[in-house]
Amino acid sequence: MAEESKVTLYGYSPCPFGKRVEMALKLKGVPYEYVEEDLTNNSQMLLSLNPVHKKVPVLVHNGKPIAQSLVILEYIDETWKNGPQLLPKDPYKRAQVRFWASFVQQQLFESMLKEFKTKGETQEEASKELFEKLKLLEEGLKSFYFDSDRSIDTEHVGLLDLVFVSVFGSYHKVQEEVLSVKTIDPEKSPLIHSWLTALLDLPVVKETLPPVEKMVAHIKFFRQRFYLPQLNDP
Amino acid sequence: MEKKEENQREEVLVFGTWANSISGRVEIALKLKGIPYEYVEEDLSNKSELLLRYNPVHKKVPVLVHKGKPIAESLVILEYIDENWPNSPKLLPQDPYQRAKVRFWANYYDQKIIPGIYTIGQSQGKERDEAIEEWSELVRVLEEGIEKDFPGKLALFEGDNISFLGIVVSSYACCYPAFHEAGSVFLSWEKNPLFWSWVNALRDYPLIKEKLPPHHRLVESLKAYQSRFS
Repeated sequence: MAEESKVTLYGYSPCPFGKRVEMALKLKGVPYEYVEEDLTNNSQMLLSLNPVHKKVPVLVHNGKPIAQSLVILEYIDETWKNGPQLLPKDPYKRAQVRFWASFVQQQLFESMLKEFKTKGETQEEASKELFEKLKLLEEGLKSFYFDSDRSIDTEHVGLLDLVFVSVFGSYHKVQEEVLSVKTIDPEKSPLIHSWLTALLDLPVVKETLPPVEKMVAHIKFFRQRFYLPQLNDP
Repeated sequence: MEKKEENQREEVLVFGTWANSISGRVEIALKLKGIPYEYVEEDLSNKSELLLRYNPVHKKVPVLVHKGKPIAESLVILEYIDENWPNSPKLLPQDPYQRAKVRFWANYYDQKIIPGIYTIGQSQGKERDEAIEEWSELVRVLEEGIEKDFPGKLALFEGDNISFLGIVVSSYACCYPAFHEAGSVFLSWEKNPLFWSWVNALRDYPLIKEKLPPHHRLVESLKAYQSRFS
């Protein structure tokens, strides 16, 4: 008798963390129900599922809720063992994936968010920070991620690819439009740029990431309505 | 010369500092698993060439180096230790859902509880009192969450051994007497009875007890740190 497996993903479409979970489920061929949560109006359902952070994404598998996108991705990889593995087998390579995923998620994304949430000098500082961190990622990619012949293996999309493309996929174009800032310069960050370009070409990425225009509208809205009014205007 | 190189290749190195609760996590995990290692004490005001080479991204401790290959970030290191030396005792549970819950609370502790302790140390007067209240609330969330997610068991231990979550929570929290003496009391039985009892159980656990930084030295170090913010 087949085990009943019900998977529901609560997400918010502009949020990159939910997107990476969706891509993981699709790669694994796991059927799921997607529920869009409007974060500007926290639903009761969300509050009961993730009382700690009150945030998306939350994955509910057979009634069991799991929060935090990186925790969810590891859960998905450990639970659905058929299909592509999101993490490599070798413990050292797994450690590298986790390290860089944490770096992209916490360090890079934090600086990107700061850029959107601020203006003037504070924003310039955030941009500088982001650029420094991108340099570190570029260096790290050289020594870790790519083969000696520098080919990007998009046959085996993994956790780090999903984390990276969900953060940068739409956002970097959005930054260019909303902030007139060019974050990923092919000359300054050649590896990052070619990695991103290769990932954006993949069907699972193309069909999951929201279109740039939608992201631009969303970020502009958030900037006007929430972020900028919160700044102390002298 | 050849034999030394051979030994070095198997060698496990841990870079840490005497006061750093986080590097303590790595040592506890290695000891628990019975893995021999060499400890390298770092002076964070004068970082060694080796540390900068092994952790160019964050330039911080702890770093684990195994067979010449470095790994940084304590939670990443703990998972590596569990996966590379899968012998008993296991740090993480086997079941994916249980593992997800452990990882969630480990992240919560590192992202909320530890920064909260810094906020307390870096503030004064009324701000500090508020920071202490907020911290106590964050701990309450942890207490309730862990009780709910691991009903009927003490999640910080696995039988007689300390668990992954126990190793994580022991950082900073187990040094609370020094923090209290150097600054203000923030962990109390009245406000957070569960956490209080968990932390004291951890303090009594042999591997933790023997790794605690010397009390007076830590008090002096914390006082010096706090004076930077007054």
